[in-house]
Amino acid sequence: MQRHLISAADLTRDDAVLILDTAEEMARVADRPIKKLPTLRGRTVVNLFFEDSTRTRISFEAAEKRLSADVINFTAKGSSVSKGESLKDTAQTLEAMGVDAVVIRHSASGAPYRLATSGWIDAAVVNAGDGTHQHPTQALLDAFTMRRRLVGRDAGLGKDLDGRRITLVGDILHSRVARSNVDLLHTLGAEVTLVAPPTLLPVGVETWPCEVSYDLDSTLSKSDAVMLLRVQRERMNAAFFPTEREYSRRYGLDGDRMAKMPGHAIVMHPGPMVRGMEITAEVADSDRCTVVEQVTNGVSIRMAVLYLLLGGNEPAVAHARPTEEK
Amino acid sequence: MSKTLIRGAKVLGGEPQDVLIDGGTVAEVGTGLSAEGAQVVEAGGKVLLPGLVDLHTHLREPGREDSETVLTGTRAAASGGYTNVFAMANTFPVADTAGVVEQVWRLGKESGYCDVQPIGAVTVGLEGSKLAELGAMHESAAGVTVFSDDGKCVHDAVIMRRALEYVKAFDGVVAQHAQEPRLTEGAQMNEGVVSAELGLGGWPAVAEESVIARDVLLAEHVGSRVHICHLSTAGSVEIVRWAKSRGIDVTAEVTPHHLLLTDELVRSYNPVYKVNPPLRTERDVTALREALADGTIDIVATDHAPHPHEDKDCEWAAAAMGMVGLETALSVVQETMVDTGLLDWAGVADRMSFKPAQIGRATGHGRPVSAGEPANLTLVDTAYRGQVDPAGFASRSRNTPYEGRELPGRVTHTWLRGKATLVDGKLT
Ligand SMILES: [Zn+2]
Repeated sequence: MQRHLISAADLTRDDAVLILDTAEEMARVADRPIKKLPTLRGRTVVNLFFEDSTRTRISFEAAEKRLSADVINFTAKGSSVSKGESLKDTAQTLEAMGVDAVVIRHSASGAPYRLATSGWIDAAVVNAGDGTHQHPTQALLDAFTMRRRLVGRDAGLGKDLDGRRITLVGDILHSRVARSNVDLLHTLGAEVTLVAPPTLLPVGVETWPCEVSYDLDSTLSKSDAVMLLRVQRERMNAAFFPTEREYSRRYGLDGDRMAKMPGHAIVMHPGPMVRGMEITAEVADSDRCTVVEQVTNGVSIRMAVLYLLLGGNEPAVAHARPTEEK
Repeated sequence: MSKTLIRGAKVLGGEPQDVLIDGGTVAEVGTGLSAEGAQVVEAGGKVLLPGLVDLHTHLREPGREDSETVLTGTRAAASGGYTNVFAMANTFPVADTAGVVEQVWRLGKESGYCDVQPIGAVTVGLEGSKLAELGAMHESAAGVTVFSDDGKCVHDAVIMRRALEYVKAFDGVVAQHAQEPRLTEGAQMNEGVVSAELGLGGWPAVAEESVIARDVLLAEHVGSRVHICHLSTAGSVEIVRWAKSRGIDVTAEVTPHHLLLTDELVRSYNPVYKVNPPLRTERDVTALREALADGTIDIVATDHAPHPHEDKDCEWAAAAMGMVGLETALSVVQETMVDTGLLDWAGVADRMSFKPAQIGRATGHGRPVSAGEPANLTLVDTAYRGQVDPAGFASRSRNTPYEGRELPGRVTHTWLRGKATLVDGKLT
C-alpha cells in the first residue's frame, strides 16, 4: 500500500483485494455489541471538509471512532477556492498539531494530490472526494458491496470481480464516482459499461478501460449490477439534456427496465437518490437496490483504509477474530 | 561619445565579425575593426542578434506591483535580451485611456532598461461592450499602435468588427485573445484525455479556433489587419495558414511554452503549468513548431505573466493562470527551434525582433545589424547549457515552469541604443 489514498487508479489488484478483505474483517466489528477496536488509539485523524458532505464525513467519523482514533472535524465552508491560501494554511496548522492522517474533501480536483505532494504536510492523506476527479473510498465500498452480493460474503475473501459486468448510468462527465469506479473495477477484472447521453460523457472517454453506450435498454440484460449516478437538475439548464422528462425516459431506471436485468443483478446508487428522475420509488425500495448496504459498507471500507494506511502490518482484528468465527 | 567594439560575434549566426557601436548607433560592421578608444567585448563566437522585441508582456503596473513593476519587468526583459516590450492593457486600472497608457509609457522611459510600448484596451474596462478611446490612446505621448483586451476575448462580433475598422485610421492593429467564453466556462486545462482523467474543466481547442476563424473573416470583410495572440492548437495553425493563402492581413504569435510543454505535465497538478490558453498536446506542439518555421506563425511572444508565489502555491483550481517568460524565451526557442534544425539564428532574429517590431510598428527596433542603425543588440552564448534557477530572475515573480530544467543558451549582453543594460549576464 502507498502512504496516501488519492486515486483508485493508484491501487493494484492486490492492494484493492487486501482492502476489501480487511473491510470484511472490520464489518464483523460492527456486528458486535461494542463496536470499537483499539487499533488507532493515540493517533489523530482530521476530517478536513472544504465542501459539504454530511454523509461522507459521518461515515469517516464513524470509522475513525470505531478504530479509537482521536477525531478532529474541520469544516471550511465557503473559504475553499476563493483565494487558495486556505488549503496550505490549514495544512500547516494541522501539521503543527501533529496530525497523523487527513481525510480531505475539496471542490477542487487535485487538492488532495497537492496536499500529499507539496511538502506542506507529513500526514497520510485520504481523498474523500475532490472536484470531478476521484472518490476512491466510494469506489471501494461499491466494489465491496458488489463482491458481497455477486460473489458472496465469505466466499468472496481473496477474490476480485473477474468477469462481472457492471453498468454505470448517468452524469459520467461530472462524476468522481464514475472515474473512481472505472479505474477500480477494471483493476478488479470487471467489465464496465458507461451509459449516458453523449453530452454527459467526457472527451477522451474512448481511451478509458470500458465500453460506452448511449442506450440503456441494450445493456440491461447483460449487467450484473447497474449503478445509477446522480444527475443534478442544473445540468438541464446548461443544456446537457433537454428536459427532466426526456432524461428519465431514456436513462431512468423503472420497474420495467429492472425486469430486463438478470435475476441476480443488483441496482446501486451512491446516494442521495433523486427519485423520479434517475430511479423510480419501486426500484429504489426493492430488495435488489443496495443503497442502504452501501452506506453500511462505507464505514467498514473506511476503517480498512485508515487501518492499512496508519496501522501496523498485523491483521486488523486478529485478536478479536477467534470469538467471531463460527 | 562612448564606443564599444564587439569582437568576433556571429552576426545573426553568420561568420564572426566585429561590430562597432558609437553612441547610440551601430557605426561599423566588418572584420579587423580598430578598437581604438572603444571598450572591447570579446564575443568569442557568440551569436549577435538585434535586440529582441516582445509584442505580448504583462508588466502588471499599475495595480499589481506585488507581481511586477515596469522597472522589474524591463530588467527581466533586458536579462532576456529584449530591448522593446509591448505592455498588455489588463492592469488596474485598465489601460483604456490616454492617461493610463502615458503613465506606463513614462515609467518605461524612466526605467532605462528596455523601451516600453503600452498596448491599449479595445473596450472600456476590458468589458467587451463599449470601444475605448482608441484614437486618444494613439495620439497620446505613448503613441499606441496595438490594441488588445488580452486576458479576455473580444467576443462580440460587432465590437470586434468596429475595432478592426476603427484602427485603420491610424494603422493600428487589434491583437485578439481568441477564447470563446461560453465554450470555456469553468475551463482549467486543455480539454482532452488528460482533463477527463484529472477531472479538470476542459478548454477545448475549438474555443480558440472558432474565434480565429471568425476574426480572419471579419478582417477580410473590413480590409483591416488582425493579430492573433498565443496560438495554441494545430487547428488554429490551419486556419491562419488558410487565411494567409487567401490574402487576409493576419499575423500570429506563439509563446515559448506552447512550443515546448504539453498537457501531460498537468498530471502533477502543479499550478506552474496553469496558463491560458492551456498547454495542449504533442500534436499541437509539433504543428506550432512547424508553423513558426514556415512563417505561418509570424512571431514568438512571451505572454510573460508574473504572479506572486502565494497565487501559485495552492490547489490547481485556485491558482492564477500564467507563467513568466522574458528570461527564458530565447533558451526555449533555441531548444525547440534552433537545436532541432527548424530555424537558424537569422530566423530567430526574424521571429523575435524584426517581425514583432513590424507588427507593432515599433520604429527603432527590429532593425538590421548594420551601420547607421540603432544599437539595440543582444549577445547570446549559444553553447551554454544549464539548469534554470528562478532565484536568479530579475522579474519580481518566479512562476516559471522550467525550474531545474536544463535549457541551452544564455543571453550575456544587451545594449539599448548603445548603452549596455546587461553585461556578462548581470544587469547594469
Ligand atoms: Zn492572452
